[in-house]
Amino acid sequence: MFDTALTVNDLLFLARGAGMTLLVTAIAVGLGTLMGIVFGVVRYQVGPWWGAPLTFFLDIFRSIPLLIQLVLANAFVTTVLGFRVSGFTVACGVLSLYTAAYCAEIVRGGIEAVPQTVRRAARSLGMSWGQDMTHIVLPLATRVALPSWIGLALGVMKDTSLVFVVQVVELLKSTQILITRLQEPLFLLLICGLFYFLISFPIARFGGYLEKKWLAND
Amino acid sequence: MFNYTFRWNQALKSLPQMLEGALVTMEIAILSMVIGIAIAIVLTLFRLSPLRPLRAVAAVWVEIARNTPALFQIYMVHFGLGSFGIHLTPYLSLLIGIAYNNAGYLTENFRGALTAIPETQTRAARSLGMTSLQAFRHVVMPQMLRIAFLPMTNQMVWAILMTSLGAVVAMNSDLYGVANDLNARTFRTFEIFAIAAVIFYLITKTITISARLLAARLFRY
Repeated sequence: MFDTALTVNDLLFLARGAGMTLLVTAIAVGLGTLMGIVFGVVRYQVGPWWGAPLTFFLDIFRSIPLLIQLVLANAFVTTVLGFRVSGFTVACGVLSLYTAAYCAEIVRGGIEAVPQTVRRAARSLGMSWGQDMTHIVLPLATRVALPSWIGLALGVMKDTSLVFVVQVVELLKSTQILITRLQEPLFLLLICGLFYFLISFPIARFGGYLEKKWLAND
Repeated sequence: MFNYTFRWNQALKSLPQMLEGALVTMEIAILSMVIGIAIAIVLTLFRLSPLRPLRAVAAVWVEIARNTPALFQIYMVHFGLGSFGIHLTPYLSLLIGIAYNNAGYLTENFRGALTAIPETQTRAARSLGMTSLQAFRHVVMPQMLRIAFLPMTNQMVWAILMTSLGAVVAMNSDLYGVANDLNARTFRTFEIFAIAAVIFYLITKTITISARLLAARLFRY
């Protein structure tokens, strides 16, 4: 097994793939979280009836395989609309909306976890809606939402492995390219898996720690 | 409006084929859930056991399942085992890959459910003369499965969505595989995958809604 044909160049190729994985993750989680916060607040504010169209729209992203979302979005943008966009753009767009769909749920759950009485107290002290949101709801909801949000961000990182369908070469795809060339599937897959694990595991542990710590203080 | 002519007829003609694919998708998802739940129960037992090696097996299984992409796990089953001379069919690779993933996530769900069951119940069962296995089997497990019912249905939806990953191991009989093949023959990418998306949506919605109705009936007290 240690008699491998892997060269330094191949390792650089893998590192580029890993960089692509992290880049797509960062863009998707960044944009997705912003949109998710907006969607989540809107959904909470307008109530279940008026929020139904938004709920339905976001639900689509959670009920269809990401692979199909990517293929569909790519076909729609490039052939139906006829735009010339790279697979990278499509991948980031779809993953952002996908993240936003989950994030909106987390945000709504976080806001709902803030007791109504606390918010009414804030309003009767003369705070505006915006002040109530930033000074009362935000800190309290974050404690509920942050552990789930960490889980979501890690989930999105793992899901970026699907962007190969729109011709983005990320870590798993570059591993696969090397497997085809070197014919050492086990060794290469172990390197790839180790990379994902080393990023995901500590952060997941940290999320679990936060959850436990904050639960104890409630 | 669009500079593109939709040809829904052509795509709709292959609807029966896609529905057959949907059946295979559901079959894989259900089998992987059954296997996943069985393994997760065993792993939960391992986790509770006083023997370190058993606890380590459970921990390693859960952490790998939760911290690497499902796609990687399916690759590993198909190509990783392949380098040990074990060559599985795409169907089996996909099934084992998803079952492995399910088992990992479900074990974690079960652990969460266990925290809601008071330790005193186990002790009461033990003092009634049950062995620890009996106590788990008759007292703890039924409650654990009930508390974890909704997370389990979530996992079922995930299993349905994960079947689309079979594409990477050349699986072509599930819904995604059928759509992919049709696409390669007709190039009506948008129409075909839109239909596949609708079928997937209907399947997952049916599961979540019926699970909610079932939960309301089963656990009303």
